[in-house]
Amino acid sequence: MIKHILKRLALLIPTLFGVITLVFLMIALAPGDPARIMLGERANAEQIAQLRAELGLDKPLIQQYGLYLSRVVRLDLGKSIATGQQIAREIADRFPATIELAWYAMIFATVVGMFLGVTSAIRRNTWVDYTTMGGALVGVSMPVFWLGLVLIMVFSVWLNLLPTGGRMNIRYYFTPITNFYVIDGILLWIREGTPKYLWSAIQHLLLPTIALGTIPLAIIARTTRSSMLEVLQQDYIKTARSAGIREKRVIYRYALKNALLPVITVIGLQFGLLLSGAILTETVFSWPGIGRWIYISIGARDYPAVQGGIIFISTFFVLINLAVDILYSVVNPKIRLQ
Amino acid sequence: MAEKKEILLSIQNLSFSFDTQRGVVNAVRDISLDIRKGETLTLVGESGCGKSVTAHAINQLNPMPPGKVDHGKIMFRGTDLLTLKRHEIEKLRGTQISMIFQEPMTALNPVFTVGAQIADVFMTHQHMTKQEAMERTIDLFKLVKIPAPERRVNSYPHQLSGGMRQRAMIAMALASPEPGLMIADEPTTALDVTIQAQILDLLNDLKHKIEMSILLITHDMGVVAEMADRVVVMYAGRKVEEADVFSIFETPRHPYTLGLLNSLPSNTKYKNARRLEAITGTVPDMRTIGAGCPFENRCAYASEKCGQEFPTETVLGESHSVWCHNYHMVKEG
Amino acid sequence: MKSSETMDIPRIKEPTPLQETWYHLKKNKGAMTGLGIITMFVLMAIFAPIVSPRDPLAQQISERLTPMFTNGYIFGSDDLGRDMLSRLIYGARISMTIGVVSVGISLFFGIIIGVTSAYYGGTFDKIVMRLIDIMLAFPYILLTIVIVSLLGPSLTNAMVAIGISQVPRYARVVRASVLAEKESDYVLAEKALGAGNFELMFLTILPNCLSPTIVQATLGVGEAILNSAGLSFLGLGAQPPTPEWGLMIASSKQFITNAWWIVTLPGLAILLAVLGFNLFGDGLRDILDPKMRN
Repeated sequence: MIKHILKRLALLIPTLFGVITLVFLMIALAPGDPARIMLGERANAEQIAQLRAELGLDKPLIQQYGLYLSRVVRLDLGKSIATGQQIAREIADRFPATIELAWYAMIFATVVGMFLGVTSAIRRNTWVDYTTMGGALVGVSMPVFWLGLVLIMVFSVWLNLLPTGGRMNIRYYFTPITNFYVIDGILLWIREGTPKYLWSAIQHLLLPTIALGTIPLAIIARTTRSSMLEVLQQDYIKTARSAGIREKRVIYRYALKNALLPVITVIGLQFGLLLSGAILTETVFSWPGIGRWIYISIGARDYPAVQGGIIFISTFFVLINLAVDILYSVVNPKIRLQ
Repeated sequence: MAEKKEILLSIQNLSFSFDTQRGVVNAVRDISLDIRKGETLTLVGESGCGKSVTAHAINQLNPMPPGKVDHGKIMFRGTDLLTLKRHEIEKLRGTQISMIFQEPMTALNPVFTVGAQIADVFMTHQHMTKQEAMERTIDLFKLVKIPAPERRVNSYPHQLSGGMRQRAMIAMALASPEPGLMIADEPTTALDVTIQAQILDLLNDLKHKIEMSILLITHDMGVVAEMADRVVVMYAGRKVEEADVFSIFETPRHPYTLGLLNSLPSNTKYKNARRLEAITGTVPDMRTIGAGCPFENRCAYASEKCGQEFPTETVLGESHSVWCHNYHMVKEG
Repeated sequence: MKSSETMDIPRIKEPTPLQETWYHLKKNKGAMTGLGIITMFVLMAIFAPIVSPRDPLAQQISERLTPMFTNGYIFGSDDLGRDMLSRLIYGARISMTIGVVSVGISLFFGIIIGVTSAYYGGTFDKIVMRLIDIMLAFPYILLTIVIVSLLGPSLTNAMVAIGISQVPRYARVVRASVLAEKESDYVLAEKALGAGNFELMFLTILPNCLSPTIVQATLGVGEAILNSAGLSFLGLGAQPPTPEWGLMIASSKQFITNAWWIVTLPGLAILLAVLGFNLFGDGLRDILDPKMRN
């Protein structure tokens, strides 16, 4: 297995290198002058020349690439045009918000999705199965941002149960500790004896979690179902039953562990896609994470920020895929024991 | 012969059908058979003749639906298994009725060690700790003659050879306090000939050590000769002949049984075999079998009556019956 | 077709693959529902000027935010007093176009890359696959966002971006099926008869690799509609006053407190259209690719 992991790690470097190069090339080879685009129509030649020099755009492409690469390797993503802040700093500030949301969305999607998938599979061709799979198909056909708005409309506007956006009741004058608000909420509960921060954090998380988690949920349910159906036909399930293992255990241990292999791959892929899907969800729910920040940076034509944000998310995506691959080989003894 | 021993399992007039999308398949029709304590009964027939369905009906492993018991009883130690609830049958499985399968590669769960799978059976039925269960598993591995059992329990199925896997399967079937009936569904079909012999020897050996009964399903008359006390021959869902193993080989009376024996390579127990013969024709479509004898279309002895009604039992001896209108015309050789 | 000539099959009256697919499709309820939905949207798109009751762009400020089924506005009117029904009908035109064009772009490049890379193999194939892996390492939503923000926000650029970002996926699907076919007897026979590389690749092998590609493309249209709506919602796709569904949702979001229909209806239109392609695509996959069936 170690060999397998090392092999994957070795593949990681060219992939990351490729991603970084691709982002660079896209910006560098884009039609039009980034400096002009950033400054807008009314900028004069002198301003443009100054910005070009600042961004290093006046140097030959190869040299630009070398400079860019050496900076990225040192985790220096440059400064934001809009705020003048270090981009790495901006990302670090916002990443906890994104990861917190993505994490809960993924837990929601995985738990509910796998449960529905298993239930569908063991009740194959009953109304439970038809309803669940019909729902899952609707789930994958839905625009996330629209689902977010409908949720806000129903639960915030009509029923007035949940907040429309943000991460915490603004009247609480809350100072983050870890920037993961649920954890902060628990810490403050211990420290100040009031659960109100935790409660507010959960309330704010609820709708975005559902909105962001719905598509992965539907995909996980569909994958789990088909994987389970295949596994339940295997001889070893008959063996377990013939040995008197209880049906619940047969399904949730003997079958599910086998059915998990393809599901793990899908979960990993969805988790990666979730980060980019977050750009829409975060925008809808005014969630101060990386997605919304990229969205704002695009609007502000802050190319270095967009570039940095995209490199960051892509890298994260690649790392998650690697983690999933390793997890896969841990679960599957055929790979683990090679 | 185990003639005097008490009856352990008695299948009475069992009919079993599958309601498929393409019509109702009457997989098993009016089958009766008795298995006595310590006896090996073999159920012989071509694939698809309903022998596996009959066996799986005992511990309710047929998928239901689409499968369905049309009528009949399966009496086991005084209770009708078909009236039991799922959790009741689950208690019998693996304790009093256990099973081994044809393909040990696919019959063992690939993501658990073989030891863990067998230990789980102990833990399910006998409330053992994991450690106790593991120790008992190692004991069983010794019993089924798996070398280096302490190491082997921690192997995954794909790390074992075919013969070792089948031994592990047998060990799993023995993981009970009082093995009563072992159903062996083509236990050697997937194995090499030499390994086959070892596994059959092991089963015979175990049968004598632990007083258990075996219901052995096979299409291989060689295996029958090796293992059986009594033989039930099935064809297209019907029982066509039943006899002790000697009568089957010496004086088969059903044309189909004769055909099976003729397709067997020269065998010391069946001296009159001259050349290998295949039974002509194919098994009829199970959905369209009428009231007559299903073998009629392939039978050299068929008369008009055969197409019209299925024959009643003709008792030929103390332990030999046949279901054939023209059994008297069937002579070996 | 070439291949049937060389294989010298006696000409029996057998159903063509198309007829056979249709025969199975007719029995698949989901696929037929999907086909019905798609047909409805396609007809709406084609006959938009005839079937829509009003001009989708005409503003009638005095009748803004008219609720559904009021004053002849079946689906109400939006914040500028434009007829929602007409805008939704014209929106079908835009979304169907986006779906077809962007999938067309992906297919065109995906097929060329996939076929040549599988056919020639070797170092060329390795390099191409490596590049595709890198592109797939990119979450594609981000990829489209990058491309559009570089090309400048517009509907055409959104189409191009969505099309390009999906090229790797199609290239992979095509490559896998070409690899499976390229050593087949009929290909070797054709080669022995002196067919050139181009002929072999695109006239002999490709027609036999279409099934998985067609399935992918059908599902791809739905996905393209979703993605373009997303881009428009972010302001990177269609620009006002275009009646694009995603844009309609974006520009009406501040009215969710008092006019639920102007947010809800365009979303339902997207949902329904995408659902149609997904139902149809799933059905096609069951029929054309029995391995995926369960």
